[in-house]
Amino acid sequence: MYPPRFRYEAPQTIDEAIQLLSEGGGDAKILAGGQSLIPLLKLRFASPPLLVDINEIPGLDHLDFAADGSIRIGALCRHAALERSEELRVRQPTMAAAAGLVADPIVRNRGTFVGSLCHADPQGDWAAVMVALGGSLVAQGPNGRRSIPVKDLVHGPFQNALTHNEIGVEATVPAPQGTPLGGYLKLERRIGDFATVAVAASVDIEGGAVSRAGIGLVAVGSKTMDASDAAASLVGGPLTPESISSAADLAAEVAKPRSDHRGSADYKKHIVRTFVTRILTRVSSSLEKAA
Amino acid sequence: MTSLFEEITPEASGDVPTRKITISINGEQRSANVEPRLLLAHLIRQGFKLTGTHTGCDTTNCGACTVLLDGEPVKSCTMLAVQANGHEVTTVEGLAGPSELHPIQEGFKDEHGLQCGFCTPGMMLTAKALLDRNPDPTEEDVRWALAGNLCRCTGYQNIVKAVLWAGDKLRGEADGGEES
Repeated sequence: MYPPRFRYEAPQTIDEAIQLLSEGGGDAKILAGGQSLIPLLKLRFASPPLLVDINEIPGLDHLDFAADGSIRIGALCRHAALERSEELRVRQPTMAAAAGLVADPIVRNRGTFVGSLCHADPQGDWAAVMVALGGSLVAQGPNGRRSIPVKDLVHGPFQNALTHNEIGVEATVPAPQGTPLGGYLKLERRIGDFATVAVAASVDIEGGAVSRAGIGLVAVGSKTMDASDAAASLVGGPLTPESISSAADLAAEVAKPRSDHRGSADYKKHIVRTFVTRILTRVSSSLEKAA
Repeated sequence: MTSLFEEITPEASGDVPTRKITISINGEQRSANVEPRLLLAHLIRQGFKLTGTHTGCDTTNCGACTVLLDGEPVKSCTMLAVQANGHEVTTVEGLAGPSELHPIQEGFKDEHGLQCGFCTPGMMLTAKALLDRNPDPTEEDVRWALAGNLCRCTGYQNIVKAVLWAGDKLRGEADGGEES
């Protein structure tokens, strides 16, 4: 299959890229890892007249850990870099748990974290992780930079809040409020398939109690789902079998899955409940072991 | 599709914009004038006539088109040829020496790591990147690394054995192709 014809530009700076996007007037697409865009071009689901390849722009592939525990991920940081980062496992276990479950190992060598956020696929892994962590996307346009919380970035299936001449240049994960714990579980028929259901659950623990929590759900709605009530129910107390069970029920209520070839809606809700319980129970037992 | 390779036509035909790219492929510098929409897999197969790189599913699932880009496996059907400009590409043709097979190829032969052979070039290149990074992988490491390459014949068992065999051989532990 051949992609449709397009004008191809590979600018050397972000400013040039923004200029090109402005010229493109809403029809241009940014090419980063290309692991979703190129298949879409080949299948002719997309035929943008202009592709702005940002791979030649230096200084966008960073994965930086600040002293306060916050993390910055550049627009050209590939999934594989996150998967191989020893520091990520210590600093942010929820992200580390997801890094090796995105697509397949070969796709992870090209695909980018920020690209996955901007692509806004309801079955994408990273947006749910960022919803759970309270992370943001930094968008740069002609008028400078702005930070958009990922929970507000994703509007619907493949729709994001960026204007046509903004580029997601970086993602930021805020500093944890205590010890960052959590996990990511994904049910897929085989590696590389879209998720049947996946759950990202993150909790920061301070003095034995949950100081901050977040739960993001994958593939159970028309966009990444934020189980904010479930997460809020955990804050302020310790993780107990009762608090975990109640949060799992609340998360399952938020899920609005559809029955399809991957499973029935009831089954998918059941998986949400199971995954929330499983992640939080693992966190709770790791805390008991450490105590 | 207008395929504007140097081998076919030296110059672009007027209205179709092309770019001149230069790629180091298996250590040799090759140039081509290509349309930006040309996929790397098609440049390799039809432009450079290196048909060891296979296109299987053409939808980023199967990994038959896997090549190494600066040493890392990528699906060449999911990358534009222009994006490889200035980079090093290794295809299956770049594995063997002038007179002997690469240990990974030997391993696939010795352990019967293929039946129809369609997925094999991609499997071997993914295996090479694994063994370059992790010379002594466990079976689990091998299975994890090969998860993006699909095989419809073997059930993977002998492919995993072949990669472990090659790892042993490369570390100087193989013993004439005996079970390791």
